[in-house]
Amino acid sequence: MSASPVTPLVDIRDLSVSFPQHDGVVQAVRGVTLHVDTGESLGIVGESGSGKSVSCMAVLRLLRSPPARIEATALSLGGVDMIAADKRQIADMRGRVAAMIFQDPMTAFDPVFTIGQQIVETIRVHRAVSKAEARSEAQALLTRVEIRNPASILDSFPHQLSGGMLQRSMIAMALSCRPQILFADEPTTALDVTVQAQILQLIKQLQAEFGMGLVMVTHDLGVVAETVDRVVVMYGGKVMEQAPVQDIFDTPAHPYTRALLASMPGQGGGRQRLTEIPGASPNPANPPTGCPFHPRCTVADTRCTAAMPPLQGNGLDRQAACWRLT
Amino acid sequence: MTAALELRGLCKSYPLREPGGWLPRYRQLPVVRDVDLTVERNSIVGLVGESGSGKTTTGMMALRLTQPTAGSVFVGGVDITSMDAAALKPFRARMQVVFQDSYSALDPMFTLAQIVAEPLHIHGLGTTREQTKTALDWLERVGLHRSYGSRYPHELSGGQRQRVAIARALVLRPDVLIADEPTSALDVSVKAQIINLLQDLQAEMGLSILFISHDLSVVRSLTDKVAVMFNGRIVEEAATEDIFTSAQHPYTRSLLQAIPVLNPRDRKDRVFRSREELEADIPRLSAADTGLTPANVPRLIPHGPGHRFEAIVQ
Repeated sequence: MSASPVTPLVDIRDLSVSFPQHDGVVQAVRGVTLHVDTGESLGIVGESGSGKSVSCMAVLRLLRSPPARIEATALSLGGVDMIAADKRQIADMRGRVAAMIFQDPMTAFDPVFTIGQQIVETIRVHRAVSKAEARSEAQALLTRVEIRNPASILDSFPHQLSGGMLQRSMIAMALSCRPQILFADEPTTALDVTVQAQILQLIKQLQAEFGMGLVMVTHDLGVVAETVDRVVVMYGGKVMEQAPVQDIFDTPAHPYTRALLASMPGQGGGRQRLTEIPGASPNPANPPTGCPFHPRCTVADTRCTAAMPPLQGNGLDRQAACWRLT
Repeated sequence: MTAALELRGLCKSYPLREPGGWLPRYRQLPVVRDVDLTVERNSIVGLVGESGSGKTTTGMMALRLTQPTAGSVFVGGVDITSMDAAALKPFRARMQVVFQDSYSALDPMFTLAQIVAEPLHIHGLGTTREQTKTALDWLERVGLHRSYGSRYPHELSGGQRQRVAIARALVLRPDVLIADEPTSALDVSVKAQIINLLQDLQAEMGLSILFISHDLSVVRSLTDKVAVMFNGRIVEEAATEDIFTSAQHPYTRSLLQAIPVLNPRDRKDRVFRSREELEADIPRLSAADTGLTPANVPRLIPHGPGHRFEAIVQ
């Protein structure tokens, strides 16, 4: 971990999240350490079940606990210990310090209130302003997220808007209290290609303009290539590699990162077979011993099945967890 | 030789109730307009476009799961557009489909062997014992162990379920496979597996595939030819590499511009054109929309071999 002089905006150390089931325990996150500095953008890449979303939800305390069991040596957001925080503190952090947008904007909005009512409510929960002031601020925010007719969108219900418009409104709502960090969990997966590119560009612009931190959770390396400064690659509830974004694409160290990059379609012209990763993601209720990737890894040996390799530095700002690197 | 699948002048419109009034009044909302598309034998054709562009409806009409309002569907040169159910049955066996959501496509009460054997049962091919054996052979062929035959869909991952859906579609050895976003719900590493499986089976069986997708990167790696749909019409069609290197239609260009970069080094600020700007740039859809005279209605005009795009010819 690069020692930063100031407390990072997000500081997660050795986070474990598990969900007891009737027939065992699902270990969604197994010892994740990561941090986000002020104004930095971090991409968390992984497949479904890698623990990327659960890690973010744990920081925001969005997991109902119980059933979730959350353990960590540190879990802080904007300098506040989120494990020790009580309900009021947590509610105060959400929206004001950190905001989150989700994959499906349709289910993230309440269908029985207008977009305007929901943004105004968010503003007034955190700040002592009148309804009229909050409404004009909401309208300004909608304009900022490039909605052309903000006044009529404020009075629209969620079902009246397209997915792209809703995601823009969601971003406006997330930004309404000027958070220091925005968590975006697959914000463009449900959108059309052209709309996806527009939303990603908008998020990037707003991040620079507001000087916000950004955590982009995605399974799409293309989204990562477009938006973030630094990347954490997760697999089977663990961090496999973390590095500046250009290094991830130029010199991926971990076999999983390399395989993931090789499997991206659309490289080179012409019809061709893709480089696939054989096998399937590990079962979180019964993860393999040692490195979670070893059953699918082409270079795995006995060390990999025996024990999980530690995340160790391999160059400036870079870390990877693989026995084959040493 | 006749094409495996040919769509000629295919149209679909749905009645839409006009607001107000005591008596219901309806107007026709066109969702697919005048689509011509040929899937040659032993080839993979990509059909791309945004949601609502009519690509899935086109696929459903090709399968006669949706009845076209106008136009014809030819399978192996035979017009199946107005065949009754009995006449259609042998053609049903020759064209099969794989959907995006493998979970809802597989009956949860059936074992995988029963699921894959069902088409054989429906078409009365072989004894029950033979059907089960063929089904297990197919599970193996799509990369699942024979022992999976006694499992149920909920026990499988998304990628495995999609393999079962592919096995069920191919067990009758169809000529045409319509694959409607078969990889959209899958993880990156599994997506590549399914795409490779489709490529391998296509080559082995000489299959013709209509691959419906909004993922242009996948389309580039998989298909021989691409047709781009916008507002219910095919606005450009060309060999896959021609689409990616010399697109002519403004909508195709806007689609290509939106593909995420493969390396952060290539990041660029994009200038997006709004929907209104884009539509203003695109020849309108019918004479009624803009008062075009029949003489200058937009048509698909040729641009090099196998490449055509929609434009107004004066």
